[in-house]
Amino acid sequence: MSQTATIGLIALCAVSTFVVKAAGPVALGGRRLPARMTLCLNLTAPALFAALVVTQLAADGHDITIGDQTPGVIAGSLLAWRGVPLIPCLLVAAAVTALLRL
Amino acid sequence: LAWVTDPRFVAGARVAIPFAVASAMLGVAFGVASEEAGLSPFGAIAMSVIVYSGASQIAAAAVLTQGGTVIAAALALTLMNSRFLPMGVSLARWLPGRPLSRIVQAQAINDTSWALAARPDGTFDRLVLFGASAIQYVAWCAGTVIGALAGHATGDPAAIGLDAVYPTFFVILLMAELRNRRAFGAAALGALIALALVPFAPAGVPILAATLATSIGLWLPRGVRAAEVTR
Repeated sequence: MSQTATIGLIALCAVSTFVVKAAGPVALGGRRLPARMTLCLNLTAPALFAALVVTQLAADGHDITIGDQTPGVIAGSLLAWRGVPLIPCLLVAAAVTALLRL
Repeated sequence: LAWVTDPRFVAGARVAIPFAVASAMLGVAFGVASEEAGLSPFGAIAMSVIVYSGASQIAAAAVLTQGGTVIAAALALTLMNSRFLPMGVSLARWLPGRPLSRIVQAQAINDTSWALAARPDGTFDRLVLFGASAIQYVAWCAGTVIGALAGHATGDPAAIGLDAVYPTFFVILLMAELRNRRAFGAAALGALIALALVPFAPAGVPILAATLATSIGLWLPRGVRAAEVTR
């Protein structure tokens, strides 16, 4: 990525983060958001996380193919589901994937 | 800056230590994978220092890695950040001072600092918020430095399975979000929208379009009030 693109990326991301964090305390002044809006905002996380997971695992450019890191991801996710802390789960996911690629 | 030595600030930093360790690890992962996203080590470090937006930065990097544009990446980060809006609203009454001071204080919001600063009675301890955020900021930046330098030195992130780290991270975040049927619905619909668009939409667009799934939140059962849906 060019230096200009990098600067543009950082500037856009910095302004966006700054504004979103400041908006609640300043612009809205502590008023409650409408219930429907709060619900929709709370649903952006599950929708985006699910989209990120499926596009990282099942998309290669415009093709739908299951990535070879999927077994590692499943292993790490199962450990998390069983209550294992985040870091060991991520390490296992990476290790399983690396081993399967040997 | 007298509050830096306040016991509440120190307490906030202390309870956030496990989360800071996680921030550091994710910083390392972001730094290493930033190479795949096309960022220079300096660019990745500068982004963490200036933006400080953890999972949202990782989402932006994921969009870039899939070939998305800078605009698409920044939009993905913005959509991920939108969860800070209700958090900021809930905090507003507990951040004193002039508007400019409140704007600066609000920058300490992140997922864990917000959660740790919440007291059981519904009030917020802003010094805990600052302490928890500060220690995670240092850890996140330090992790990014290590990851960015190491990643560019080792060469191939796929050989050490690094491309499994982000999807696993997002699966784990997703599991924590699936608290009710509505969240399940948004996740399933978001995944479907993204997959349906992959064959023909430009890179990054499938992820952005998945947020249309949040519109199922517009359906609200009679009698449910905002207080009950705020986390």
